[in-house]
Amino acid sequence: MGVTQAVSPFAELGMASRPLVGGKGASLGELTRAGINVPPGFVVTTEGFVAFLAAIDPEGAIRRQVEALSPDDLPAVLRACEEIRQRIETAAMRPDMEAAIAGAYARLCGGAPDGPVAVRSSATSEDSAEASFAGLQDTYLWIRGTANVLHFVRACWASLYGVESVVYRLRRGLPEEGLAMGVVVQQMVNSRVSGVMFTRSPTTGDRSVIAIEGSWGLGSAIVSGEVTPDKVVVSKVTEEVISRAVSHKTVMHVPDGGGGTREEAVPEARRDLPCLSDGDIRALVRVGKHIERHYGCPQDIEWAIGPRADGDGEAVFLLQSRPETIWSARDAKPLAGPAARPFDHVFAVLGKRGGG
Amino acid sequence: MASQRSSFPLPSQVRSPPGAEGWEKMYPYFTRFAPEDDKRFWFYNAMHFPEPMPPFDVVTAEIPYQALGAFTTRVFVFPTTLGVEHRIVNGRVYITANPVADGEEIGKRLAVFQERAGYYYQNWDRLYEEWKGRMTALIDALKAIEVPALPEMDDIAVVHSGRGYAQNVDVRTGFNRAIEGFGMMWQYHFEMLMLGYGAYVVFFQFCKQAFPEIADQTVSRMVAGIDVLMFRPDQELKKLARLAVKLGLSSLFADGVAPDAVMAAVGKAGAAGAEWLAAVDAIRDPWFHISTGDGFYHHHRSWNSDLSVPFAALARYVAMLNAGQDIERPTERLKAERERIIAEYRALLGSEEERGAFDQMLSLCHLVFPFVEDHKFWCEHWYTSLFYAKMREFGALLARWEQIADPEDIFMLHYQEVEQALVDVTLAWAAGTPARGAAHWRPLVEERRRVLEKLKDWDPPAALGPVPEEIGDPALLMLWGITSETLQSWLRVPDDLENEKTVRGFAASPGVVEGVARVLKNVNDIGQVQDGDILVCPVTNPSWGPVFGKIRAAVSDIGGTMSHAAIVAREYGMPAVVGTGVATKRFRTGQRLRVDGNSGIVTVLD
Repeated sequence: MGVTQAVSPFAELGMASRPLVGGKGASLGELTRAGINVPPGFVVTTEGFVAFLAAIDPEGAIRRQVEALSPDDLPAVLRACEEIRQRIETAAMRPDMEAAIAGAYARLCGGAPDGPVAVRSSATSEDSAEASFAGLQDTYLWIRGTANVLHFVRACWASLYGVESVVYRLRRGLPEEGLAMGVVVQQMVNSRVSGVMFTRSPTTGDRSVIAIEGSWGLGSAIVSGEVTPDKVVVSKVTEEVISRAVSHKTVMHVPDGGGGTREEAVPEARRDLPCLSDGDIRALVRVGKHIERHYGCPQDIEWAIGPRADGDGEAVFLLQSRPETIWSARDAKPLAGPAARPFDHVFAVLGKRGGG
Repeated sequence: MASQRSSFPLPSQVRSPPGAEGWEKMYPYFTRFAPEDDKRFWFYNAMHFPEPMPPFDVVTAEIPYQALGAFTTRVFVFPTTLGVEHRIVNGRVYITANPVADGEEIGKRLAVFQERAGYYYQNWDRLYEEWKGRMTALIDALKAIEVPALPEMDDIAVVHSGRGYAQNVDVRTGFNRAIEGFGMMWQYHFEMLMLGYGAYVVFFQFCKQAFPEIADQTVSRMVAGIDVLMFRPDQELKKLARLAVKLGLSSLFADGVAPDAVMAAVGKAGAAGAEWLAAVDAIRDPWFHISTGDGFYHHHRSWNSDLSVPFAALARYVAMLNAGQDIERPTERLKAERERIIAEYRALLGSEEERGAFDQMLSLCHLVFPFVEDHKFWCEHWYTSLFYAKMREFGALLARWEQIADPEDIFMLHYQEVEQALVDVTLAWAAGTPARGAAHWRPLVEERRRVLEKLKDWDPPAALGPVPEEIGDPALLMLWGITSETLQSWLRVPDDLENEKTVRGFAASPGVVEGVARVLKNVNDIGQVQDGDILVCPVTNPSWGPVFGKIRAAVSDIGGTMSHAAIVAREYGMPAVVGTGVATKRFRTGQRLRVDGNSGIVTVLD
């Protein structure tokens, strides 16, 4: 296997690359190519993982070991998982692959020795429930230096053999054959404010609004539920703010000097301030509409607002976008259809008890 | 924190403010609450009647409700709703809508409604054309009423024509013809209106189901037309302003100069001045027949009866033109924007089925819109301005016969009392004696003015009586925008601070801004408005047109989301909260306010 297939920059990827790089990587590539401002990055491909696994386990012993487990024998599962993860996290990587990842990381950092990146797993499964229930959503933020990047790439791989993940596959009877994962390595944004955005109302399913949630600092504070974010609902059509709730934001996640992130108290004066200006909201809505238009369906988006790479002011960065699944699955029969005459609709409404 | 009540005060629990006892005598017996009214839900019609009612002005409740209910209950036979009843307590008009609850009865009425309403919808454009013809005839008939001068001797023509009756006959018949014409105007007003609103309600409801978080005002924007009569008076003023600039008369239009002085100066300006005055004369009928309120109170003078209003606007437009500002209404852009909004919402619908229904519902709205929007100019402004002017002529007659001290005092009498006073005059002229009413009417007028002042202090509850289980009456929704959520908000008991700091109204145009309040009770004062002010005014209508280029937000006592103020605010893209009932009383010029046009809340920030 050649090194070029082990690593792919976002710019070379699209949705069709999903089997090669997993859903997250494919989506980030797709959006990069669509002109959305995605922090640059690359994906350690599934082929890279397969090659790695083949190198440390040419006989397929790991696969057979897992297949032989019973999901009900938890002690056995625990033991096996521990052992497999240990192997993945400690085994030597093929030098060419290590060089490919290190090279891609160096290029990403533009020569800086320890530019901060996020290392995130990118599952190949179409089943987003599987990805979330099976613990395949690992994200390691603010990772610096080649050795650390390599370490967390392995940690992502190892997460395929987390107990939850393995039990989930066993219970569902999902095959171990072809099991693979991409790992996204992406520049960090030192976000002033970050959050999520739904291009369809999560509370009512309204397709005409964008619901934005945001808080100070890195997005991990919102995703983990440690802070109640400010909430803004904006009309996609008129781009007017329909509602706005400013919450009391007590904590924020910030980069830790020694790598990784830490929680910090939000300074008193900023706790009750709205974290999003009208300009921020307009910029987010533009990005949300662009992505939705690109995919042709409502999206669930993670974003950050922080300094541009060239230091020239701030920009909205897109960190992740997935199709909205909850309301799409619920879409019911049409509210009304064409009537024989337009005014028949009046009779249908005003003829009902409490009509109108 | 606010708490929630479970019911409103009962009508029988309402007390009169000290000094206002006996207010009942100003109004007809059928407007009084009776004990059995305690069992029903009533709400204060603050949208139309934000002040205590002068006795004459109850004509604008009594007559419209005769017409509204006649068309819903008896003519078109709306399936689920009968008419609206009104009561007056402490000078305020409370109303209730009578729903039809029985399923069988609804079914029976629906069959009739389909035939009758269907006929109107199918022939809408023709019927509206005919409507304009009937309204024009009605206006002409009103103009033709002459108030007799009652001179020492009747005209010789009475003899030569052998007509056989003296001019004192026309005192009463002329007055009654004006009242009858006013009644007929309100019949025409409601003839097509509830069907028009029916089309709106269907479209609103559909949009709210398809897009649960869509703002009312956004739906209104899809419905609203651009070329509507209510914009004409303002457009005509702009034309006059441009003409004044073109003719080199700009310097004569300074802020705060009285109309008479301006006219006199223009009159001395030779041919240019004559041309401009002729242009004014050419448009005064009908475009200056515009009420400075919405026609529900006699003191909402029309432009024609108080030229200081349009002249204040003119001065402003002339100044803007000389400063190189564009005063044009960007109608093409507004149309394009409306089409874009419609197309985008349409595209967001879930299926072709829904798009088919959306197209039909919206086309029906656009069919009825010209009537729904323009009737306001024809009825509440044009006809009503002429009607009040005619009543002032009868007031002048009563004053000449010393029945009342001032022509305006006629509005302290119910119209049936006016008729009595006119009979008195008719008799006196015939008998060759003074009229007897001075001793009767003058103290009454004095007393009523005093009581009305006292009634202004009363803070009317938003509603009275038990909370209804459901409130889905289309008439309430269509005319007053009242839903179950409205009732819940009325049931909130705000704490003192909230009470002091906030005012609620209809969210009419979206956005949130903060700024300095400019409270104007009178449109003549628009010269005081500074750039960036938040305008707080009783009601906005075309009279306020020129200030919209300066202000950041508008707050009014009267109006709904389809009101002229709302439409104009949306066109200018500024937040507006309308129909607050109390904003001009609660806020003072100079206070810092936050206007939230999304939630309909105005907050004092100081």
